[in-house]
Amino acid sequence: MDAIILQILNGLDKGSAYALIALGLTLIFGTLGVVNFAHGALFMIGAFCAVTLSRILTLSHTIIDETQKDFLGNPLKVEVPYVHDMFGQATGDAIIDWAVPLSVLFAIPIMILVGVVMERGLIKHFYKRPHADQILVTFGLAIVLQEVIKYFYGANPIPTPAPAAFKGSLDFGAMLGFDPNLIIYPYWRIIYFGFAAVIIGGVFAFLQFTTFGMVVRAGMADRETVGLLGINIDKRFTIMFGIAAAVAGLAGVMYTPINSPNYHMGMDFLVLSFVVVVVGGMGSLPGAVLAGFLLGVLESFASMREVIDIIPGINQIIIYLVAIIILLTRPRGLMGRKGVMED
Amino acid sequence: MFNLNKKDLSLLIIVAVLTLFAPFILNPFPAGSAMAQFNAGYPDLMQRFVIFGIFAIGFNILFGLTGYLSFGHAAFLGVGSYAAVWMFKLLSMNVIPAILLAVIVSGLFSLLIGFVSLRRSGIYFSILTLAFAQMMFALAYSVLTPITGGETGLQLALNDPRILGVSQTAEGNIPVPGLFGLEMRDSADLVIGGWVFTFNVGYYFCALVLLASFYLAIRIFRSPFGMMLRAVKSNQQRMNYTGLNTRPYTLAAFVISGMYAGLAGGLMASMDPLAGAERMQWTASGEVVLMTILGGAGTLIGPVLGAGFIKYFENIFSKINDNVLHSWFSFLPDGLEDAVVFIIHPFIGKGWHLTLGILFMLVVIFLPGGLVEGGQRIRSWLKNRKTKDNGSASHETNPAE
Repeated sequence: MDAIILQILNGLDKGSAYALIALGLTLIFGTLGVVNFAHGALFMIGAFCAVTLSRILTLSHTIIDETQKDFLGNPLKVEVPYVHDMFGQATGDAIIDWAVPLSVLFAIPIMILVGVVMERGLIKHFYKRPHADQILVTFGLAIVLQEVIKYFYGANPIPTPAPAAFKGSLDFGAMLGFDPNLIIYPYWRIIYFGFAAVIIGGVFAFLQFTTFGMVVRAGMADRETVGLLGINIDKRFTIMFGIAAAVAGLAGVMYTPINSPNYHMGMDFLVLSFVVVVVGGMGSLPGAVLAGFLLGVLESFASMREVIDIIPGINQIIIYLVAIIILLTRPRGLMGRKGVMED
Repeated sequence: MFNLNKKDLSLLIIVAVLTLFAPFILNPFPAGSAMAQFNAGYPDLMQRFVIFGIFAIGFNILFGLTGYLSFGHAAFLGVGSYAAVWMFKLLSMNVIPAILLAVIVSGLFSLLIGFVSLRRSGIYFSILTLAFAQMMFALAYSVLTPITGGETGLQLALNDPRILGVSQTAEGNIPVPGLFGLEMRDSADLVIGGWVFTFNVGYYFCALVLLASFYLAIRIFRSPFGMMLRAVKSNQQRMNYTGLNTRPYTLAAFVISGMYAGLAGGLMASMDPLAGAERMQWTASGEVVLMTILGGAGTLIGPVLGAGFIKYFENIFSKINDNVLHSWFSFLPDGLEDAVVFIIHPFIGKGWHLTLGILFMLVVIFLPGGLVEGGQRIRSWLKNRKTKDNGSASHETNPAE
């Protein structure tokens, strides 16, 4: 029992990342009908927003500290971050410590901007082209974005730690009445899961309860009619693209403490996210979220020692296997609507 | 000749001339001169040109004719490599059985995967092939290590049985792959003046295989079968409505292109007898897609051009470094020289993939027909200009964008 709970918990954080990326992908596909292979790159750019902000915050200048001496008796040179000058030592340290959560604020405008520029500059011209062309051009864009990031940040993963307050683990088992230390779960992963839940809830609420969301939903159902009603649906879809980019980017920002960002993390997640979208059903937002968590949890179950002993290697292929089975038995995916991409 | 019409025959002859005289064509600069680094006429690179050419020709039979975009084709190439290396380990170092087995095994794999994947079309087909390929990659990397060698890859060893050959040579080395006594790595150098031309057995073997596969591709393109595949691309639904089951045709195309990939994998292993899982990764599948699109999908010569183009520039761009750039632009004033080098710097050396990505995007955006379409546009543009010079009053717009 405790092992099962542990695996469900372990699956949730990876599932959250899958769900967030798949949600963005589905938003783009559902609104604009574009298959975006560069979505993984947006996830990666989000992660590098966090890296950038933590680098900006730790920018420092050297001063000579007369109170400290090195072993020769000369005054020591000390690096002092600019935030210390601005906010004082204690607040400055706290700000540096909280770089990753702060990056969320920093990343939202950047990601929306990136998304809007991408849609207006490139993807707009591909609405009428076949899906294969859309896949190819966004695939090319993904390569370009990835290489640009590699050029500026290098090829190695860059560790970006979570704030010290979230460093430890929660003894989840003790709370449920199991023996202590049986089910422990890092705080940051709990935060990540909660964050994902908030974002997903926010997107759904936005689509469901605002006029803007209502128009977008109407546009997803029948773009032409909405356009005929005198609503500038293109503009709204562009904004939705920006929001989808922001969702992917925020997923990336918050994922940095779990997995140090490197330039190809986007591609790694993209392949899986596409599988998630297809399993959930092209164009279905709840399907994408459900499939994301489902596959995340399944993956962590498959990596249990007991399962691997029975079927070796299952943890590596479980997601693809599920995708193949679902596509063959239920081509619409778990919650796909009829008539979407069923050619 | 060869049952081809005049146009196809000239195409075949062009490719034959290009491949057979490649050691001359690719070595335009004398050895030791400043431009010698742009020579591509050394065996290793030339082999890669033709092997990836074969791979792309095969991919084009599927993608160019039927429009099914497979994102997992490198898996067949990887399977072919493994099969060939196993043949070297168990049977003999002759390349013929190795390549045959590579083609057969990859054919079987593609039959299985194609049978399943072709039940869906469009993006679902792409995802299915991608899923299969990633599965095979993951398995080859982890669980199947006894068969595939895992992370280190599959290599020959001194104690391999090699029933029909020798486990080790008289000197105690691992024997090298060959064709009835001709060793694949043998080369002969021809020195004319300052030029050095290298003729490599392995390269010419690959080149002959390329010509054979190119000829086969022409025949497939011109056959009723090829016509049927094109019909699938333009409107599959209508084909079905006329009471025709398209599945066997698409499956045949899938298996043929899988076997081409296996052939390429077998050749790759014959040139350098080792096989690794990274050949099956989806980035490798993406590369063959790039080659085919860049050259021109659905055209005969496009994929060969695309493969050559990408492999050539990959090699050349990776070699250029800042020092080379500085020597090129040394005629500029100092500040300007540094600025130019600074701007170009991200695109060369390790940044080659950036250049490739940008190039690829430009091609998809402006030239969906690839290099072949570019060539056609230039030709028709030239023709138009000529007719204008002749005083004809045609006001055709300039087609080049």
